[in-house]
Parts: sequence; C-alpha cells; structure tokens
Amino acid sequence: MRFVELVRFALGAIVAHPMRSALTSLGVVIGVAAVVMMTAIGLGAQQRVTGAISGLGSNLIIVMPNFQRGPVSQGAGSGMSLRDSDAEAIARQVEDVAAVAPSVTSRAQMNADGANWNTRVEGVTPDYLIARDLIVAQGRMFDAREARQGKKVIVVGPTVARQLWGDADPVGRRIRVRTVPFEVIGVLESKGNAGLGQDQDDVALAPLEAVRSRLVGRRFRGDTIQTIYVKSTDADSLDRVQEDVIDLLRDQHRIRQGEEDDFQTQNMASILATMQAAVATFTVFLAAVAAVSLVVGGVGIMNIMLVSVTERTREIGLRMAVGARRSDVLIQFALESVALSMAGGLIGLAIGIGGALGVAKLAGWPAAIPPWAAPLALGFSMAVGLVFGAYPSWRAARLDPIEALRRE
Amino acid sequence: MIAVTDLTKVYRMGEEEVPALAGVSLAIARGEYVAVIGPSGSGKSTLMNILGGLDRPTAGSYRFGGEEVGRFSDDELADFRRRRIGFVFQSFQLLPRLTALQNVELPMVYAGVAPAERKARAKDLLERVGLGARVGHRPTQLSGGQQQRVAIARALSNRPDLLLADEPTGALDTHTGEEVLKLFEALNRDGLTLAIVTHDPDVAAQAHRRVAFRDGLIVSDERNAA
Ligand SMILES: Nc1ncnc2c1ncn2[C@@H]1O[C@H](COP(=O)(O)OP(=O)(O)OP(=O)(O)O)[C@@H](O)[C@H]1O
Ligand SMILES: [Mg+2]
Repeated sequence: MRFVELVRFALGAIVAHPMRSALTSLGVVIGVAAVVMMTAIGLGAQQRVTGAISGLGSNLIIVMPNFQRGPVSQGAGSGMSLRDSDAEAIARQVEDVAAVAPSVTSRAQMNADGANWNTRVEGVTPDYLIARDLIVAQGRMFDAREARQGKKVIVVGPTVARQLWGDADPVGRRIRVRTVPFEVIGVLESKGNAGLGQDQDDVALAPLEAVRSRLVGRRFRGDTIQTIYVKSTDADSLDRVQEDVIDLLRDQHRIRQGEEDDFQTQNMASILATMQAAVATFTVFLAAVAAVSLVVGGVGIMNIMLVSVTERTREIGLRMAVGARRSDVLIQFALESVALSMAGGLIGLAIGIGGALGVAKLAGWPAAIPPWAAPLALGFSMAVGLVFGAYPSWRAARLDPIEALRRE
Repeated sequence: MIAVTDLTKVYRMGEEEVPALAGVSLAIARGEYVAVIGPSGSGKSTLMNILGGLDRPTAGSYRFGGEEVGRFSDDELADFRRRRIGFVFQSFQLLPRLTALQNVELPMVYAGVAPAERKARAKDLLERVGLGARVGHRPTQLSGGQQQRVAIARALSNRPDLLLADEPTGALDTHTGEEVLKLFEALNRDGLTLAIVTHDPDVAAQAHRRVAFRDGLIVSDERNAA
C-alpha cells in the first residue's frame, strides 16, 4: 500500500463534500488567523515600544525630583530638589559619563510671521543633543557660552518649523516665545513619529538660563533644574553610573542613611526591558487566547470526523473486505483530518497576515509578521489535525468488517 | 485447497450463546463449483465469512493451501483477503462516490499495483463482465445486474484463488440473475474455484456440488450429475 494512494483517498473524501469540508475547517481557519494576527500585533507593539523608548536616547539615565515624597515633610520645596550644582557634580565626579544635560521645561505659545503654535520649550545646554541623541539638521546649536549667558536663540523641532513656516527655511527668523523675542538658529532632524503617543518633533530648545529666567523663572529659585539627563559612555556602565549618581546626589543633598531620596532616577534600559517584558507577556496571553479557538476548531474537526466515520461505516467495512489493513484505514482517516486542518491553517495564515497588515495600517503600527508565522501556523494546524483526528481514525480502524458491511 | 474441520462459531448475545456453526467439516478442491444451500439462519453466511477471512471461527480448523487461517493476525487476515479471496455480496457493496472503473481498481490499490497497470486490468475485467461501455458510470447510474457485475469484476481484480458469493442474485430479478450466473459458470470454466450461497434451485442445479446446511450443520453434500 502506497502512502500517496491513501493521500488520494483522503483528499477524495474531502472534495466529495466541499461545503461540509469548508465548514469543518472554519474553526481552524479562525484559530490560526487569530494566533497569527495576535502574535503579529503583539510583536508590532513590542517594536513600537522599543522604538519609542530608544528614541528618547540610548544609555540614558533620567534624574528628576521625587514627586512622591510627602509634601508635608517637604513643604513648598517639593519637586524642586535639583540644582545646577548637582549637574556639575555629576559631570565632575561620576566616571564613564558621556554627557550631563540639565534642563527645565515649559509649555509656551510661539508667534512668528503671523502664525502661532503651542509647544514644549526645553531650557538646556549643548550636551542635551548628545544625551538625547539629537541632530541639528539646518543651522546650528547654541554653544556653551551662549547657554550660560542665556542668549535668546532657539533651535526648533521639525513640527514647530512646519507649523510656523511651512516649507520655508526658519533659520535667522525672529520668533516670540510668549512675549520674549528669540532668534531661530537651527532646526532639529526629525526623530520620526515613534513617540508613545507624543510627537518628539514638537519641541524647541533654548539656552537653560534664558528659559529659566524668562519663561519659568518666577516659580523657581534661580538655580533650580527639573531634569538631569545623564548619558553613560556605553550600555555596560549604565547601571554603575546610575548607582554612582544616586550616591553622589544623596551626598549632595545631605540625605542620611535610611532617609528617602528627594530625587528619582530612571534608567532607560531597564524601562525598556520592563516594557518589553510586559508587551511580551501580553503577546503570549493574546496568542494563548487565540490558541483556545484553535482547540475549539480541533474539536469541530473531531466532531465531523466522528460523524463521517459513522456515515462511512460500510465504506470502511468494504475497504477492509477487499484487503485494507487496519493501519491503512487509520492512516486514511488521520490524513483526512490533517488535510482538513492544514487547509484551514493555510487559509487562516493568509487571513491572519492580511488582518495583521490591516490592523497595522489602521493603528499606524509597524506590521511585524514574524518569518516563523508560516511554519508555526502549518505546524500547529497539522498537530491539531493529528491530535483531534486520532480518536475518530482509531474508531474507524477498530471496526469489525462484517458488522460494518451490515450497517445501513 | 480448502480443508475445514470441526469448525464451530458461537455468537454471544449477552448471556445467551447462539451457535451459528456447530461442527462443520468440508473440503473444497481447486476448480470446484460449490453451491451452499439451506434454510434461513442455518449458518451459510457465517461459513462464507469465515472462509473469506472476514470472521474468525470459535473453534476448529480452517486450512487454506496448507496455512491455518484461524491463527492469522488481523494484518495477515487482511493480506489473505486481498491476495486469495474475491467476495461478492448480496447488496453489491460498491462505493457510491467511485466510478465502475475505480471500484474495480480498489483492491488493486491496496495490493500496490501501479496505476497504469491497474487501470488496464480493471478495464479488461469490466469488458469481460460485459460493461466495457460503462467504465465511467457511478453505481447509481447502473442497474442492479450491472452493479453486481462490477462487484464481480472487483472480486476478480487481484486474481483470487477462491471466489465467494453470498446470495449474489438475491437482489436481482430472474433474468439479470441468470446473466450473473452465466458469468459465474464461465469463470469456473476458466478454472476459478467458486462457492456460492443461494436459495435459488436453478443456481443450485448449475453447480457441480451442493452442500446443504441445517442448524449449523452440513446435512447433505452431493455432486450433481453432470
Ligand atoms: N452477529 C451476530 N450476532 C448474533 N447472532 C448472529 C450473528 N450473525 C448471525 N447470527 C446467528 O447465527 C445464525 C446463522 O446465521 P447466518 O447469517 O449464517 O444464517 P444464513 O444461513 O446465512 O441465513 P440467511 O439465509 O437468512 O442469510 C442465525 O441464527 C443468526 O441469528
Ligand atoms: Mg445469509
């Protein structure tokens, strides 16, 4: 008995009832489509999160005041615990630091050439570009002296440039930030729309002193900063730099042992790892839910295969009477079930890929169809066919030929 | 060729035991044409099924060409049915999805005959039973007599040593029944060994030997005057 002949018998039985076969496969179609879609969407989300977080800057530690620390004990000073001296101390004393960038931030209305736009203005030093992996595409960045002097020059993000001047070159133009006049000296290169719902190109950079004194000054002491960006020289030193920064700042702020920090640090690598783990868990969860529908599809196949074995009892008896071995019957029915399931798997794969691309397009998501989607889908549907076809096939093979032939 | 000794078959129906064969001894030589007759329920079909390797005896011996068929495993029985036996059923037992040609091919598929050869052989056999023009027809497109002739062609496809037929004309009218019988006669003339169960006295008259059953026992075994 040749295997190809059994394949032919199995396929013959499937084509004999096209409608029934299609409906039988439907469960697997839906199951595989769901698994492929959920995995692809999950992976897309993972890539998006990775892109968004690494877009904030690599090897980056963000130091901020500890907003959680009780306002009762801290009083009015809460949220303003960082000083210029802290940034200077980090730059001076912590090893393996590539850049230290203190900053203050304010949202501000901008007016230029009859257009206006509300954006986030960051008061920074030139090292900010290094810390955040930013590049000036047109014009130039202000230098350290200009930053110290608080010169009223500004480098705008691509979104701001487009909103205020369209396609025209903004470099050299004058702009009012709130009521304060600035001169545009540069435009940042686009970071792409990889932010977590936030447009990273919608920003403007100005010298720290200028922003602090003219835009946010009234609320703060003259040397207050809101955020310090610390970039380590490489990924390996990131954790150690973070520890050193913490030790140094506790020392600077005279925090005694056992007392809570009045600042907090975030390590972008660990945030990324946490987020990726969360998304991966979510993906596995989605895929598991989808896999349940695959199992339901398998049960559907088993159900129809059992009906089919009952219906075709006489056929089975006849095949045995003309010399089919029990194993021939077993393989024929197992193949039928596997073929039904794999046909469903193929169609489900196509629908899943199509669905994932569609969802990706709608959500502005990067579509991530893993290369192993096809072997996975076919492998899974084959396994489903085998597992759920096993019992009906065994029932068929176990039939007694005489009784089977007598059945109406 | 066939030697059956003290063959018994007991069916168990729950507590009750139904003896279908109560100690049958019978020898059939190569080339014989045996008619098996007897009242309903006397055990004729039971014997045919055992001879055809479709069923196993409860006790006794069934030797076929020197081999003890009663001790065969399931797979050996399947191989035995495929190589040695052609079986013709009262209700034809054709697969409705397949054409006449495909039905005749079926046993050869299980025997591993190559597709080209098996098609050619099936066509020859259908021509031999007078259905050369019907190879592409499905069972529902054939008359009862034609269906039974397809079934006979199928039974012959693996060149069996023994052709068994359990009331092959039982579902046919007299005329088509006669045609089928003529076919059996011709096959036997060509050297095929035949055992046919029948209620029809004409059939019984045609055979060379008549074995009569009653209550699971052979009550007479006589040769027809040629
Ligand atoms: N599967 C079975 N289970 C129980 N009893 C059975 C079974 N098959 C046959 N029998 C019994 O065995 C006996 C012989 O049956 P068998 O079919 O051999 O008779 P038969 O001579 O072929 O009769 P008929 O001419 O009506 O076909 C009968 O009493 C029948 O009831
Ligand atoms: Mg009978």
